[in-house]
Amino acid sequence: MASITIRDVTKSYAKSQVVHGVDLDIASGDFVVILGPSGCGKSTLLRMIAGLEEISGGEIAIDGTVVNRLEPRERGCAMVFQNYALYPHMSVAQNIGYSLKVAGVPAAERTQRIQAVARILELEPMLDRKPAALSGGQRQRVAMGRAMIREPKVFLFDEPLSNLDAKLRVQMRSEIRKLHRRLNATSVFVTHDQVEAMTLADRLVVMNGGRVEQVGTPGEIYKRPASRFVATFVGAPAMNILEGVVELDGLSLLGDSRRLAIPRVGLPVGAKVAMGIRPEAVRLVAPGSQGALNATVDLVEELGAGRVIYVDLDGAAFSVVTSETVHPAPGETVGLKISPEDMHFFSSETGARLDVFKASVPVPAH
Amino acid sequence: MVERTPILNFVTHLVLFIGFVLAVAPFVIVAIAASHNLKDVNDVPMPLLPGSDFWLNIKTAWTTADLGPKLLNSFIMAAGVAAGKVIISALTAFSIVYFRYPGRTFIFWLIFVTLMLPLEVRIVPTYAVVANVLSPYQTILDVTGLSWLIEKISGVRIALSFGLLNSYTGLILPLIATATGTFLYRQFFLTVPDELTEAARMDGAGALRFFIDILLPLSRTNMAALGTIMFLWAWNQYLWPLLVTTDQSHATAVTELKQLIPNIGGIPEWNIAMAGTLIVMLPPLIVVVAMQRWFVRGLIATEK
Repeated sequence: MASITIRDVTKSYAKSQVVHGVDLDIASGDFVVILGPSGCGKSTLLRMIAGLEEISGGEIAIDGTVVNRLEPRERGCAMVFQNYALYPHMSVAQNIGYSLKVAGVPAAERTQRIQAVARILELEPMLDRKPAALSGGQRQRVAMGRAMIREPKVFLFDEPLSNLDAKLRVQMRSEIRKLHRRLNATSVFVTHDQVEAMTLADRLVVMNGGRVEQVGTPGEIYKRPASRFVATFVGAPAMNILEGVVELDGLSLLGDSRRLAIPRVGLPVGAKVAMGIRPEAVRLVAPGSQGALNATVDLVEELGAGRVIYVDLDGAAFSVVTSETVHPAPGETVGLKISPEDMHFFSSETGARLDVFKASVPVPAH
Repeated sequence: MVERTPILNFVTHLVLFIGFVLAVAPFVIVAIAASHNLKDVNDVPMPLLPGSDFWLNIKTAWTTADLGPKLLNSFIMAAGVAAGKVIISALTAFSIVYFRYPGRTFIFWLIFVTLMLPLEVRIVPTYAVVANVLSPYQTILDVTGLSWLIEKISGVRIALSFGLLNSYTGLILPLIATATGTFLYRQFFLTVPDELTEAARMDGAGALRFFIDILLPLSRTNMAALGTIMFLWAWNQYLWPLLVTTDQSHATAVTELKQLIPNIGGIPEWNIAMAGTLIVMLPPLIVVVAMQRWFVRGLIATEK
């Protein structure tokens, strides 16, 4: 168990900088998920923690020891790779025990520890098999076993579930969570899948373009996204954004003469803002209702438990999640009701969150 | 594409058959000639049915050319070259593929150039070096005037000399130093996923450990293929053993075959010569048959 401290870490390759000054504190025993689109530098950051990439600037410390100059094996990290990276010529037992063999652990103790790990991961019947004779989920478990056997201070996961099919992914997700509860080791998990991120994380780190956009619990990030990027990246379907200008009597939507009632606390008149609203927070009402916006239905997606309705709001795409028993047909006109308290505001220029409800919404403490 | 038409089947089988006959016919003629007595083998045309003197001819060839020790020499040389090639090529390819160091490109090209300068091209300088391994250093001393200086000062005349003629080392070493195997390995190493290297680093394995524990076991089929090719190639070497073994004790079986070939004006014992040829052909044949399964896999597929 160890804490990880990341201070102003940068990474540049010959021509481009891919990580720009990341600061991050990971508490001992935390399960931290780094979430971001591909190319945002999340894997690079993980590999810098592991020691597989050199750190161009800044400092990474594990348990207070700066590890910038240490070899991967000296850092006490274990890593689970996206493609498992099992040694094809070794049996499952040899794969799991290889790090112990390198470390010179006696054969008897090695066998014992391999057995113990195999028991936890239910790999006992297949210890003699080669990786080629295993299914995807089993290979994944062998990769986990290989990481576990070293009893590392830190577990690093580099998109380990992205090669599995949907059902197995859900299953492995809960297994990883259970395993973490059992071992209680500090874990850093990189993914681009937000469902994975939300369900696994104690704390979520959202990255974009080599920078950390927001750090917080999954709930915080969902309820109070710190930037327009986080707002639209986390949550499915994505948060709806309407651009507009703040006026005395509400928000005037761009390219439109209509007004929308908004809370008037903290927003300067004349400011250009992006208003965000979760599809779940929009209510469908009869067209022309008081305070509602009229829109035309484009497409209805049936989810079973509810449905997603994509509407055209004067050229802007907008989605609504509803479980109500209304069945709007494509082409039909509907009314959209948006409550002021569900709105998020972001600066049109910087994308940063503009706080409106500071006083009224309780923020969970870190 | 798989097509099944009787005519095409017939044509392809015909082509295969012609190829088979072309490949096997000389061998069959050698075998038949080796089984006749002196009179029959010199008949024109030579009878195409086997005669009865096969074992007698084999025995005569064996004793005349002293093939026992010669085959051993050949085997030591071919096995040495094959083993040396397999090891050196693996090491050089490992260095080229997995390490970034100054002068890497230069070394890569240096190795590549050896492909364009086979032994036959550089046979004179190679011979000179093998005759006295230290001669390049002697030359340096002479040209710079150092040996003259040392002689004047101490009265000792420097004559460095370390010859490898008539030794297994001299037979084997110059044949090892080419790049054919390096590129075979290089192509294979490039297909090994990076994640495997990284996993080994995370597991704490250093470069050499990774090479021995992971890379070499993965290249088994490559090693078998390269070893087989190099064994055959070295076994069939003629020019180099002929030059470097002035003494009979280190001569190889292939060069000794010459002893069996009738001289002009001598007795035309072609049956004995053919019997000797058969004996000398046998070991490479055994190696190919034994290694065939690995050999083919190593050249056409990469084990994933």
